[in-house]
Amino acid sequence: MKRLSFGRYLLPVYAALAFLYLLTPIAYTFAFSFNDAGRSNLVWRGFTFTNWQNPCGAPAVCESVVNSLQIGVLATVISTVLGTMIAIALVRYRFRLRAGANLLLFLPMATPEVVLGAALLAQFLNLRVNPGFATIVIAHVMFCISFVVVTVKARVASLDPRLEEAAADLYASPRAAFWRVTFPLLLPGIAAAALLAFSLSFDDFIITNFNSGNTDTFPKFVYVSATRGIPAQANVMGSAMFLIALIIVVTGQVLAARRRRAAAT
Amino acid sequence: MTAALVVGHGTEVAGARRRSRTAWLLLAPGLLYLFVFFVAPVAVLLLTSLFERVPGGPVGATRPAFAVSNYVDAVVTYAPQFGRSFLYAFIATVLALAIGYPLAYVIGVRCRTRPLLQGVLLVLVIAPFFTSFILRTIAWKQILADDSVVVSVLKTVSLLPDDARLTATPVAVVAGLTYNFLPFMTLPVYASLERLDLRLVEAGGDLYATPISTFRHVTLPLTMPGIVSGSLLTFIPAAGDYVNSALLGNAGTSMVGNVIDSRFFRVVDYPTAAALSVILMAAVLLLVAWYVRRSGTEDLL
Repeated sequence: MKRLSFGRYLLPVYAALAFLYLLTPIAYTFAFSFNDAGRSNLVWRGFTFTNWQNPCGAPAVCESVVNSLQIGVLATVISTVLGTMIAIALVRYRFRLRAGANLLLFLPMATPEVVLGAALLAQFLNLRVNPGFATIVIAHVMFCISFVVVTVKARVASLDPRLEEAAADLYASPRAAFWRVTFPLLLPGIAAAALLAFSLSFDDFIITNFNSGNTDTFPKFVYVSATRGIPAQANVMGSAMFLIALIIVVTGQVLAARRRRAAAT
Repeated sequence: MTAALVVGHGTEVAGARRRSRTAWLLLAPGLLYLFVFFVAPVAVLLLTSLFERVPGGPVGATRPAFAVSNYVDAVVTYAPQFGRSFLYAFIATVLALAIGYPLAYVIGVRCRTRPLLQGVLLVLVIAPFFTSFILRTIAWKQILADDSVVVSVLKTVSLLPDDARLTATPVAVVAGLTYNFLPFMTLPVYASLERLDLRLVEAGGDLYATPISTFRHVTLPLTMPGIVSGSLLTFIPAAGDYVNSALLGNAGTSMVGNVIDSRFFRVVDYPTAAALSVILMAAVLLLVAWYVRRSGTEDLL
Protein backbone atom coordinates (compact mmCIF):
# COMPACT_ATOMS: atom_id res chain seq x y z
CA MET A 1 0.00 0.00 0.00
CA LYS A 2 2.78 2.32 1.01
CA ARG A 3 4.59 1.70 -2.26
CA LEU A 4 1.49 2.52 -4.28
CA SER A 5 1.05 5.92 -2.68
CA PHE A 6 4.75 6.70 -3.04
CA GLY A 7 4.76 5.85 -6.70
CA ARG A 8 1.42 7.41 -7.47
CA TYR A 9 1.64 10.75 -5.70
CA LEU A 10 5.07 11.45 -4.32
CA LEU A 11 7.03 10.77 -7.50
CA PRO A 12 5.01 13.13 -9.76
CA VAL A 13 5.13 15.84 -7.08
CA TYR A 14 8.89 15.38 -6.82
CA ALA A 15 9.20 15.63 -10.61
CA ALA A 16 7.04 18.76 -10.64
CA LEU A 17 9.34 20.40 -8.05
CA ALA A 18 12.35 19.43 -10.14
CA PHE A 19 10.78 21.12 -13.15
CA LEU A 20 10.10 24.21 -11.06
CA TYR A 21 13.82 24.29 -10.17
CA LEU A 22 14.81 23.84 -13.83
CA LEU A 23 12.43 26.38 -15.31
CA THR A 24 12.21 29.24 -12.76
CA PRO A 25 15.29 31.14 -14.05
CA ILE A 26 14.01 30.85 -17.63
CA ALA A 27 10.65 32.31 -16.61
CA TYR A 28 12.49 35.06 -14.74
CA THR A 29 14.67 35.91 -17.76
CA PHE A 30 11.59 35.97 -19.98
CA ALA A 31 9.58 38.16 -17.59
CA PHE A 32 12.39 40.68 -17.18
CA SER A 33 12.71 41.04 -20.96
CA PHE A 34 9.46 43.04 -20.63
CA ASN A 35 10.78 45.20 -17.81
CA ASP A 36 10.76 48.95 -18.31
CA ALA A 37 14.27 48.75 -17.00
CA GLY A 38 16.20 51.87 -17.87
CA ARG A 39 19.85 51.28 -17.09
CA SER A 40 19.91 48.28 -14.82
CA ASN A 41 17.48 45.43 -15.08
CA LEU A 42 17.42 44.49 -11.40
CA VAL A 43 14.08 45.71 -10.09
CA TRP A 44 10.68 45.45 -11.74
CA ARG A 45 9.68 48.91 -13.00
CA GLY A 46 6.65 48.12 -15.14
CA PHE A 47 5.61 46.27 -18.28
CA THR A 48 6.76 47.40 -21.70
CA PHE A 49 7.22 46.06 -25.23
CA THR A 50 9.99 48.58 -26.05
CA ASN A 51 12.85 46.11 -25.47
CA TRP A 52 11.33 43.61 -27.88
CA GLN A 53 10.54 46.30 -30.47
CA ASN A 54 14.08 47.57 -30.30
CA PRO A 55 16.33 44.56 -29.59
CA CYS A 56 19.39 46.42 -30.84
CA GLY A 57 18.73 49.36 -28.52
CA ALA A 58 21.84 48.30 -26.66
CA PRO A 59 24.22 47.95 -29.66
CA ALA A 60 26.78 45.83 -27.78
CA VAL A 61 24.12 43.13 -27.26
CA CYS A 62 23.41 42.81 -30.98
CA GLU A 63 27.07 42.86 -31.88
CA SER A 64 27.84 40.04 -29.47
CA VAL A 65 24.89 37.96 -30.72
CA VAL A 66 26.05 38.36 -34.32
CA ASN A 67 29.56 37.27 -33.29
CA SER A 68 28.16 34.25 -31.46
CA LEU A 69 26.04 33.25 -34.45
CA GLN A 70 28.96 33.53 -36.89
CA ILE A 71 31.30 31.63 -34.59
CA GLY A 72 28.62 29.03 -33.94
CA VAL A 73 27.96 28.37 -37.64
CA LEU A 74 31.67 28.17 -38.54
CA ALA A 75 32.53 25.92 -35.59
CA THR A 76 29.50 23.69 -36.31
CA VAL A 77 30.32 23.19 -40.00
CA ILE A 78 34.01 22.43 -39.42
CA SER A 79 33.53 20.18 -36.38
CA THR A 80 30.62 18.30 -37.98
CA VAL A 81 32.63 17.49 -41.12
CA LEU A 82 35.75 16.43 -39.19
CA GLY A 83 33.78 14.51 -36.55
CA THR A 84 31.56 12.67 -39.04
CA MET A 85 34.60 11.46 -40.98
CA ILE A 86 36.16 10.15 -37.78
CA ALA A 87 32.92 8.47 -36.68
CA ILE A 88 32.58 6.60 -40.01
CA ALA A 89 36.21 5.46 -39.85
CA LEU A 90 35.87 4.27 -36.25
CA VAL A 91 32.82 2.10 -36.87
CA ARG A 92 33.45 0.88 -40.41
CA TYR A 93 37.19 0.26 -40.57
CA ARG A 94 39.72 -1.77 -38.68
CA PHE A 95 43.03 -0.01 -38.23
CA ARG A 96 45.97 0.04 -35.89
CA LEU A 97 46.11 2.54 -33.01
CA ARG A 98 42.33 2.44 -32.66
CA ALA A 99 42.65 2.60 -28.87
CA GLY A 100 44.91 5.62 -29.23
CA ALA A 101 42.38 7.38 -31.47
CA ASN A 102 39.59 6.66 -28.98
CA LEU A 103 41.68 8.03 -26.13
CA LEU A 104 42.53 11.18 -28.09
CA LEU A 105 38.80 11.74 -28.65
CA PHE A 106 37.84 11.02 -25.05
CA LEU A 107 40.43 13.26 -23.37
CA PRO A 108 39.02 16.65 -24.45
CA MET A 109 35.63 15.61 -23.03
CA ALA A 110 37.19 14.53 -19.73
CA THR A 111 39.23 17.69 -19.30
CA PRO A 112 37.63 20.61 -17.43
CA GLU A 113 36.94 23.59 -19.69
CA VAL A 114 39.14 25.90 -17.69
CA VAL A 115 42.14 23.65 -18.44
CA LEU A 116 41.32 23.49 -22.17
CA GLY A 117 40.97 27.27 -22.23
CA ALA A 118 44.20 27.87 -20.32
CA ALA A 119 46.17 25.38 -22.45
CA LEU A 120 45.02 26.92 -25.72
CA LEU A 121 45.75 30.44 -24.49
CA ALA A 122 49.23 29.36 -23.35
CA GLN A 123 49.79 27.96 -26.85
CA PHE A 124 48.52 31.12 -28.59
CA LEU A 125 50.68 33.33 -26.36
CA ASN A 126 53.61 31.06 -27.08
CA LEU A 127 53.06 31.40 -30.85
CA ARG A 128 52.47 35.17 -30.47
CA VAL A 129 48.95 34.86 -31.89
CA ASN A 130 46.57 37.58 -30.74
CA PRO A 131 43.37 36.04 -29.41
CA GLY A 132 40.20 37.12 -31.23
CA PHE A 133 37.44 35.87 -33.53
CA ALA A 134 39.62 33.22 -35.24
CA THR A 135 41.00 31.76 -32.01
CA ILE A 136 37.45 31.43 -30.62
CA VAL A 137 36.44 29.42 -33.70
CA ILE A 138 39.57 27.25 -33.37
CA ALA A 139 38.81 26.58 -29.69
CA HIS A 140 35.14 25.76 -30.32
CA VAL A 141 35.92 23.31 -33.14
CA MET A 142 38.38 21.58 -30.80
CA PHE A 143 35.88 20.83 -28.03
CA CYS A 144 32.97 20.12 -30.42
CA ILE A 145 34.70 17.37 -32.47
CA SER A 146 34.50 14.70 -29.75
CA PHE A 147 30.80 15.34 -29.11
CA VAL A 148 30.08 15.12 -32.86
CA VAL A 149 31.98 11.81 -33.06
CA VAL A 150 30.02 10.31 -30.14
CA THR A 151 26.67 11.37 -31.63
CA VAL A 152 27.34 10.27 -35.22
CA LYS A 153 29.04 7.03 -34.11
CA ALA A 154 25.82 5.82 -32.52
CA ARG A 155 24.01 6.35 -35.83
CA VAL A 156 26.71 4.64 -37.94
CA ALA A 157 26.71 1.66 -35.58
CA SER A 158 22.94 1.22 -35.90
CA LEU A 159 23.18 1.20 -39.70
CA ASP A 160 22.68 -2.13 -41.47
CA PRO A 161 25.87 -2.79 -43.54
CA ARG A 162 23.82 -5.04 -45.84
CA LEU A 163 22.20 -1.93 -47.34
CA GLU A 164 25.58 -0.87 -48.71
CA GLU A 165 26.28 -4.42 -49.88
CA ALA A 166 22.95 -4.42 -51.69
CA ALA A 167 23.95 -1.18 -53.43
CA ALA A 168 27.25 -2.81 -54.46
CA ASP A 169 25.38 -5.87 -55.76
CA LEU A 170 23.34 -3.48 -57.90
CA TYR A 171 26.60 -2.22 -59.43
CA ALA A 172 26.79 1.06 -57.52
CA SER A 173 30.37 2.29 -57.21
CA PRO A 174 31.58 2.63 -53.59
CA ARG A 175 31.25 6.39 -53.96
CA ALA A 176 27.69 6.20 -55.31
CA ALA A 177 26.77 3.69 -52.59
CA PHE A 178 28.05 6.07 -49.95
CA TRP A 179 26.36 9.24 -51.21
CA ARG A 180 23.04 7.67 -52.31
CA VAL A 181 22.59 5.06 -49.54
CA THR A 182 24.80 5.54 -46.48
CA PHE A 183 24.89 9.32 -46.27
CA PRO A 184 21.10 9.89 -46.42
CA LEU A 185 20.67 7.29 -43.67
CA LEU A 186 23.31 9.01 -41.53
CA LEU A 187 21.76 12.44 -42.03
CA PRO A 188 19.53 12.46 -38.90
CA GLY A 189 22.57 11.60 -36.76
CA ILE A 190 24.69 14.25 -38.47
CA ALA A 191 21.92 16.82 -38.00
CA ALA A 192 21.65 15.98 -34.29
CA ALA A 193 25.43 16.30 -33.95
CA ALA A 194 25.41 19.66 -35.73
CA LEU A 195 22.65 20.97 -33.44
CA LEU A 196 24.61 19.79 -30.41
CA ALA A 197 27.81 21.42 -31.69
CA PHE A 198 26.01 24.68 -32.37
CA SER A 199 24.44 24.84 -28.93
CA LEU A 200 27.76 23.95 -27.25
CA SER A 201 29.52 26.69 -29.21
CA PHE A 202 26.80 29.28 -28.79
CA ASP A 203 26.56 28.82 -25.02
CA ASP A 204 30.25 28.38 -24.27
CA PHE A 205 31.72 30.86 -21.86
CA ILE A 206 34.83 29.56 -20.07
CA ILE A 207 36.97 28.49 -23.06
CA THR A 208 35.78 31.53 -24.99
CA ASN A 209 36.69 33.89 -22.17
CA PHE A 210 40.28 32.59 -22.25
CA ASN A 211 40.72 32.83 -26.02
CA SER A 212 38.63 35.81 -27.13
CA GLY A 213 40.87 38.85 -26.64
CA ASN A 214 38.63 41.88 -27.22
CA THR A 215 35.95 40.00 -29.17
CA ASP A 216 32.66 39.66 -27.31
CA THR A 217 30.38 36.66 -27.68
CA PHE A 218 26.90 36.79 -26.19
CA PRO A 219 27.68 34.78 -23.01
CA LYS A 220 30.87 36.79 -22.49
CA PHE A 221 29.01 40.08 -22.94
CA VAL A 222 26.40 39.07 -20.35
CA TYR A 223 29.05 37.91 -17.87
CA VAL A 224 31.18 41.02 -18.24
CA SER A 225 28.24 43.42 -17.95
CA ALA A 226 26.79 41.55 -14.94
CA THR A 227 28.65 43.83 -12.53
CA ARG A 228 27.40 47.10 -14.02
CA GLY A 229 23.91 45.90 -14.97
CA ILE A 230 22.71 43.84 -17.90
CA PRO A 231 20.57 45.70 -20.46
CA ALA A 232 17.04 44.28 -20.82
CA GLN A 233 17.84 43.63 -24.49
CA ALA A 234 20.08 40.77 -23.36
CA ASN A 235 16.99 39.17 -21.80
CA VAL A 236 15.14 39.77 -25.08
CA MET A 237 17.90 37.97 -27.02
CA GLY A 238 18.01 35.11 -24.50
CA SER A 239 14.23 34.70 -24.59
CA ALA A 240 14.06 34.97 -28.38
CA MET A 241 16.68 32.25 -28.75
CA PHE A 242 14.72 30.14 -26.28
CA LEU A 243 11.54 30.51 -28.36
CA ILE A 244 13.33 29.79 -31.66
CA ALA A 245 14.98 26.64 -30.27
CA LEU A 246 11.66 25.55 -28.76
CA ILE A 247 9.92 25.94 -32.13
CA ILE A 248 12.67 23.94 -33.89
CA VAL A 249 12.50 21.09 -31.36
CA VAL A 250 8.70 20.96 -31.23
CA THR A 251 8.48 21.00 -35.04
CA GLY A 252 10.99 18.15 -35.14
CA GLN A 253 8.96 16.14 -32.62
CA VAL A 254 5.69 16.74 -34.48
CA LEU A 255 7.29 15.71 -37.79
CA ALA A 256 8.76 12.58 -36.19
CA ALA A 257 5.38 11.68 -34.68
CA ARG A 258 3.68 12.17 -38.04
CA ARG A 259 6.29 9.99 -39.74
CA ARG A 260 5.79 7.28 -37.10
CA ARG A 261 2.03 7.42 -37.62
CA ALA A 262 2.45 7.26 -41.40
CA ALA A 263 4.76 4.26 -41.00
CA ALA A 264 2.24 2.53 -38.72
CA THR A 265 -0.66 2.79 -41.16
CA MET B 1 45.46 -24.89 -55.47
CA THR B 2 48.36 -23.42 -53.60
CA ALA B 3 48.67 -20.70 -56.20
CA ALA B 4 45.00 -19.83 -55.88
CA LEU B 5 45.33 -19.64 -52.12
CA VAL B 6 48.33 -17.37 -52.39
CA VAL B 7 46.63 -15.11 -54.92
CA GLY B 8 43.46 -15.03 -52.83
CA HIS B 9 45.45 -14.17 -49.78
CA GLY B 10 47.36 -11.51 -51.67
CA THR B 11 44.30 -9.60 -52.86
CA GLU B 12 42.80 -9.80 -49.41
CA VAL B 13 45.86 -8.19 -47.87
CA ALA B 14 45.87 -5.53 -50.58
CA GLY B 15 42.17 -4.90 -49.94
CA ALA B 16 42.71 -4.62 -46.21
CA ARG B 17 45.57 -2.23 -46.81
CA ARG B 18 43.43 -0.08 -49.08
CA ARG B 19 40.64 -0.08 -46.53
CA SER B 20 43.02 0.93 -43.79
CA ARG B 21 44.29 3.74 -46.03
CA THR B 22 40.72 5.00 -46.47
CA ALA B 23 40.32 4.84 -42.71
CA TRP B 24 43.37 7.01 -42.17
CA LEU B 25 42.23 9.47 -44.84
CA LEU B 26 38.99 9.86 -42.89
CA LEU B 27 40.69 10.04 -39.50
CA ALA B 28 43.69 12.21 -40.33
CA PRO B 29 42.15 15.71 -40.61
CA GLY B 30 40.22 15.49 -37.32
CA LEU B 31 42.93 13.74 -35.32
CA LEU B 32 45.55 16.14 -36.68
CA TYR B 33 43.35 19.01 -35.57
CA LEU B 34 43.17 17.56 -32.06
CA PHE B 35 46.93 17.08 -32.05
CA VAL B 36 47.58 20.70 -32.97
CA PHE B 37 44.89 22.32 -30.82
CA PHE B 38 44.60 19.91 -27.90
CA VAL B 39 47.70 17.75 -27.41
CA ALA B 40 50.22 20.46 -28.29
CA PRO B 41 48.55 23.11 -26.08
CA VAL B 42 48.48 20.69 -23.15
CA ALA B 43 52.20 20.03 -23.73
CA VAL B 44 52.84 23.79 -23.78
CA LEU B 45 50.81 24.11 -20.58
CA LEU B 46 53.01 21.44 -19.00
CA LEU B 47 56.16 23.31 -20.06
CA THR B 48 54.80 26.67 -18.90
CA SER B 49 54.00 25.18 -15.51
CA LEU B 50 57.74 24.59 -15.01
CA PHE B 51 58.88 28.06 -16.11
CA GLU B 52 59.85 30.72 -13.62
CA ARG B 53 58.82 34.35 -13.56
CA VAL B 54 61.51 36.91 -14.31
CA PRO B 55 62.01 38.90 -11.13
CA GLY B 56 61.64 42.60 -11.87
CA GLY B 57 60.88 41.87 -15.55
CA PRO B 58 57.86 43.11 -17.53
CA VAL B 59 54.37 41.89 -16.58
CA GLY B 60 53.90 38.22 -17.41
CA ALA B 61 57.53 37.65 -18.39
CA THR B 62 58.73 34.10 -17.82
CA ARG B 63 61.86 32.17 -18.67
CA PRO B 64 62.42 28.46 -19.28
CA ALA B 65 63.30 26.58 -16.12
CA PHE B 66 62.56 23.36 -14.34
CA ALA B 67 60.79 24.89 -11.37
CA VAL B 68 59.04 21.92 -9.77
CA SER B 69 58.57 24.27 -6.83
CA ASN B 70 55.69 25.86 -8.82
CA TYR B 71 53.69 22.71 -8.11
CA VAL B 72 54.57 22.63 -4.44
CA ASP B 73 53.66 26.30 -4.08
CA ALA B 74 50.42 25.84 -5.99
CA VAL B 75 49.30 22.89 -3.88
CA VAL B 76 50.30 24.49 -0.58
CA THR B 77 48.82 27.91 -1.35
CA TYR B 78 45.61 26.78 -3.03
CA ALA B 79 44.76 23.59 -1.12
CA PRO B 80 41.47 25.10 0.15
CA GLN B 81 40.39 26.01 -3.39
CA PHE B 82 41.19 22.49 -4.61
CA GLY B 83 39.29 21.03 -1.69
CA ARG B 84 36.27 23.23 -2.42
CA SER B 85 36.31 22.40 -6.16
CA PHE B 86 36.13 18.68 -5.55
CA LEU B 87 33.78 18.91 -2.58
CA TYR B 88 31.30 21.23 -4.33
CA ALA B 89 31.46 19.20 -7.54
CA PHE B 90 30.89 15.98 -5.57
CA ILE B 91 27.90 17.36 -3.65
CA ALA B 92 26.45 18.83 -6.85
CA THR B 93 26.81 15.45 -8.60
CA VAL B 94 25.07 13.59 -5.75
CA LEU B 95 22.27 16.18 -5.63
CA ALA B 96 21.86 16.14 -9.41
CA LEU B 97 21.53 12.35 -9.26
CA ALA B 98 19.02 12.59 -6.41
CA ILE B 99 16.91 15.06 -8.39
CA GLY B 100 17.61 13.76 -11.90
CA TYR B 101 17.07 10.03 -11.38
CA PRO B 102 13.43 10.24 -10.15
CA LEU B 103 12.75 12.86 -12.81
CA ALA B 104 14.17 10.60 -15.53
CA TYR B 105 12.17 7.68 -14.04
CA VAL B 106 8.91 9.60 -14.30
CA ILE B 107 9.63 10.55 -17.92
CA GLY B 108 11.22 7.30 -19.10
CA VAL B 109 9.10 4.71 -17.25
CA ARG B 110 5.88 6.28 -15.96
CA CYS B 111 5.10 8.22 -19.12
CA ARG B 112 5.90 5.34 -21.45
CA THR B 113 2.25 4.79 -22.33
CA ARG B 114 1.79 8.49 -23.14
CA PRO B 115 4.33 9.45 -25.83
CA LEU B 116 3.01 12.99 -26.19
CA LEU B 117 3.45 13.80 -22.49
CA GLN B 118 6.85 12.09 -22.59
CA GLY B 119 7.90 14.29 -25.50
CA VAL B 120 6.73 17.47 -23.77
CA LEU B 121 8.53 16.62 -20.50
CA LEU B 122 11.71 15.75 -22.38
CA VAL B 123 11.62 19.14 -24.11
CA LEU B 124 11.21 20.76 -20.68
CA VAL B 125 14.35 18.98 -19.44
CA ILE B 126 16.45 20.26 -22.35
CA ALA B 127 14.72 23.68 -22.29
CA PRO B 128 17.46 25.23 -20.11
CA PHE B 129 19.95 24.59 -22.94
CA PHE B 130 17.98 27.04 -25.07
CA THR B 131 18.87 30.04 -22.88
CA SER B 132 22.42 31.08 -22.12
CA PHE B 133 23.58 29.49 -18.85
CA ILE B 134 25.16 32.78 -17.78
CA LEU B 135 21.76 34.51 -18.10
CA ARG B 136 20.12 31.75 -16.05
CA THR B 137 22.79 31.86 -13.35
CA ILE B 138 22.38 35.64 -13.11
CA ALA B 139 18.61 35.08 -12.90
CA TRP B 140 19.22 32.86 -9.83
CA LYS B 141 21.43 35.55 -8.35
CA GLN B 142 18.61 38.06 -8.66
CA ILE B 143 15.86 35.66 -7.56
CA LEU B 144 17.81 34.87 -4.38
CA ALA B 145 19.11 38.42 -3.80
CA ASP B 146 18.79 39.94 -0.33
CA ASP B 147 15.85 42.20 -1.27
CA SER B 148 14.08 39.60 -3.42
CA VAL B 149 10.57 38.25 -2.91
CA VAL B 150 11.85 34.74 -2.13
CA VAL B 151 14.11 35.90 0.70
CA SER B 152 11.53 38.23 2.25
CA VAL B 153 8.84 35.52 2.17
CA LEU B 154 11.21 33.01 3.77
CA LYS B 155 12.04 35.56 6.47
CA THR B 156 8.37 36.41 7.11
CA VAL B 157 7.49 32.76 7.67
CA SER B 158 10.66 32.43 9.78
CA LEU B 159 12.20 29.73 7.63
CA LEU B 160 15.19 32.00 7.36
CA PRO B 161 16.69 34.03 10.22
CA ASP B 162 16.44 37.80 9.79
CA ASP B 163 20.13 38.36 9.18
CA ALA B 164 20.61 35.38 6.85
CA ARG B 165 21.19 35.61 3.13
CA LEU B 166 20.99 33.14 0.26
CA THR B 167 23.47 34.60 -2.21
CA ALA B 168 27.19 34.83 -1.53
CA THR B 169 27.10 31.51 0.36
CA PRO B 170 28.51 28.03 -0.37
CA VAL B 171 24.92 26.76 -0.48
CA ALA B 172 24.12 29.10 -3.36
CA VAL B 173 27.23 28.00 -5.26
CA VAL B 174 26.42 24.29 -4.86
CA ALA B 175 22.76 24.93 -5.76
CA GLY B 176 23.90 26.82 -8.86
CA LEU B 177 26.26 24.00 -9.91
CA THR B 178 23.51 21.42 -9.34
CA TYR B 179 21.08 23.53 -11.34
CA ASN B 180 23.43 24.11 -14.27
CA PHE B 181 24.38 20.46 -14.73
CA LEU B 182 21.05 18.80 -13.83
CA PRO B 183 20.04 18.24 -17.50
CA PHE B 184 23.44 16.60 -18.18
CA MET B 185 22.62 14.09 -15.43
CA THR B 186 18.96 13.61 -16.33
CA LEU B 187 19.37 12.93 -20.06
CA PRO B 188 21.81 9.94 -19.94
CA VAL B 189 19.87 8.40 -17.03
CA TYR B 190 16.66 8.89 -19.02
CA ALA B 191 18.27 7.20 -22.03
CA SER B 192 19.03 4.07 -20.02
CA LEU B 193 15.70 4.06 -18.13
CA GLU B 194 13.81 4.40 -21.39
CA ARG B 195 15.38 1.15 -22.63
CA LEU B 196 14.73 -0.66 -19.33
CA ASP B 197 12.73 -3.83 -19.88
CA LEU B 198 9.87 -3.56 -17.38
CA ARG B 199 9.26 -7.31 -17.50
CA LEU B 200 12.51 -7.74 -15.57
CA VAL B 201 11.19 -5.45 -12.83
CA GLU B 202 7.91 -7.42 -12.75
CA ALA B 203 9.90 -10.63 -12.51
CA GLY B 204 11.60 -9.24 -9.43
CA GLY B 205 8.19 -8.67 -7.84
CA ASP B 206 7.00 -12.12 -8.89
CA LEU B 207 9.97 -13.63 -7.12
CA TYR B 208 8.88 -11.94 -3.88
CA ALA B 209 11.54 -9.25 -3.89
CA THR B 210 10.49 -6.06 -2.12
CA PRO B 211 10.28 -2.98 -4.37
CA ILE B 212 13.45 -1.68 -2.75
CA SER B 213 15.47 -4.81 -3.39
CA THR B 214 14.06 -5.08 -6.94
CA PHE B 215 15.27 -1.54 -7.48
CA ARG B 216 18.69 -2.33 -6.01
CA HIS B 217 19.24 -5.61 -7.83
CA VAL B 218 17.44 -5.02 -11.14
CA THR B 219 16.73 -1.40 -12.03
CA LEU B 220 19.89 0.17 -10.63
CA PRO B 221 22.43 -2.19 -12.27
CA LEU B 222 20.62 -1.95 -15.61
CA THR B 223 20.72 1.85 -15.54
CA MET B 224 24.31 2.05 -14.31
CA PRO B 225 25.75 3.18 -17.70
CA GLY B 226 23.40 6.17 -17.63
CA ILE B 227 24.34 7.01 -14.05
CA VAL B 228 28.06 6.80 -14.86
CA SER B 229 27.91 9.03 -17.94
CA GLY B 230 25.56 11.43 -16.16
CA SER B 231 27.87 11.80 -13.17
CA LEU B 232 30.90 12.31 -15.43
CA LEU B 233 29.05 14.96 -17.43
CA THR B 234 28.18 16.69 -14.15
CA PHE B 235 31.34 16.23 -12.10
CA ILE B 236 33.97 17.14 -14.72
CA PRO B 237 32.56 20.55 -15.71
CA ALA B 238 31.51 21.32 -12.12
CA ALA B 239 35.04 20.72 -10.78
CA GLY B 240 36.48 23.22 -13.27
CA ASP B 241 33.67 25.77 -13.08
CA TYR B 242 34.23 29.27 -11.81
CA VAL B 243 31.11 31.04 -13.08
CA ASN B 244 28.82 29.84 -10.30
CA SER B 245 31.33 30.73 -7.62
CA ALA B 246 31.97 34.14 -9.17
CA LEU B 247 28.29 35.01 -9.57
CA LEU B 248 26.64 33.26 -6.61
CA GLY B 249 29.46 33.05 -4.08
CA ASN B 250 31.99 35.27 -2.36
CA ALA B 251 35.72 35.24 -1.72
CA GLY B 252 35.21 32.34 0.70
CA THR B 253 33.71 30.06 -1.97
CA SER B 254 36.46 30.52 -4.55
CA MET B 255 37.30 27.34 -6.48
CA VAL B 256 40.39 26.32 -8.52
CA GLY B 257 38.79 27.70 -11.68
CA ASN B 258 38.56 31.13 -10.06
CA VAL B 259 42.24 31.03 -9.13
CA ILE B 260 43.34 29.91 -12.61
CA ASP B 261 41.23 32.67 -14.16
CA SER B 262 42.62 35.40 -11.90
CA ARG B 263 46.23 34.10 -12.13
CA PHE B 264 45.95 34.28 -15.93
CA PHE B 265 44.19 37.60 -16.36
CA ARG B 266 44.59 39.71 -13.24
CA VAL B 267 47.92 38.65 -11.72
CA VAL B 268 49.44 37.52 -15.06
CA ASP B 269 51.31 34.68 -13.37
CA TYR B 270 51.31 32.08 -16.14
CA PRO B 271 53.47 29.40 -14.44
CA THR B 272 51.21 29.17 -11.37
CA ALA B 273 48.05 29.18 -13.53
CA ALA B 274 49.55 26.44 -15.70
CA ALA B 275 50.63 24.34 -12.71
CA LEU B 276 47.13 24.62 -11.20
CA SER B 277 45.58 23.60 -14.54
CA VAL B 278 47.87 20.58 -14.87
CA ILE B 279 47.05 19.44 -11.33
CA LEU B 280 43.32 19.89 -11.93
CA MET B 281 43.47 17.94 -15.21
CA ALA B 282 45.51 15.12 -13.68
CA ALA B 283 43.24 14.87 -10.63
CA VAL B 284 40.06 14.82 -12.70
CA LEU B 285 41.44 12.22 -15.14
CA LEU B 286 42.59 9.97 -12.30
CA LEU B 287 39.19 10.21 -10.62
CA VAL B 288 37.41 9.50 -13.91
CA ALA B 289 39.61 6.47 -14.63
CA TRP B 290 39.07 5.11 -11.12
CA TYR B 291 35.32 5.69 -11.25
CA VAL B 292 34.85 4.13 -14.69
CA ARG B 293 36.91 1.07 -13.75
CA ARG B 294 35.15 0.66 -10.41
CA SER B 295 31.67 0.85 -11.87
CA GLY B 296 32.65 -1.66 -14.58
CA THR B 297 31.59 0.45 -17.54
CA GLU B 298 34.86 0.68 -19.47
CA ASP B 299 33.14 0.08 -22.80
CA LEU B 300 31.53 3.49 -22.31
CA LEU B 301 34.75 5.01 -23.51
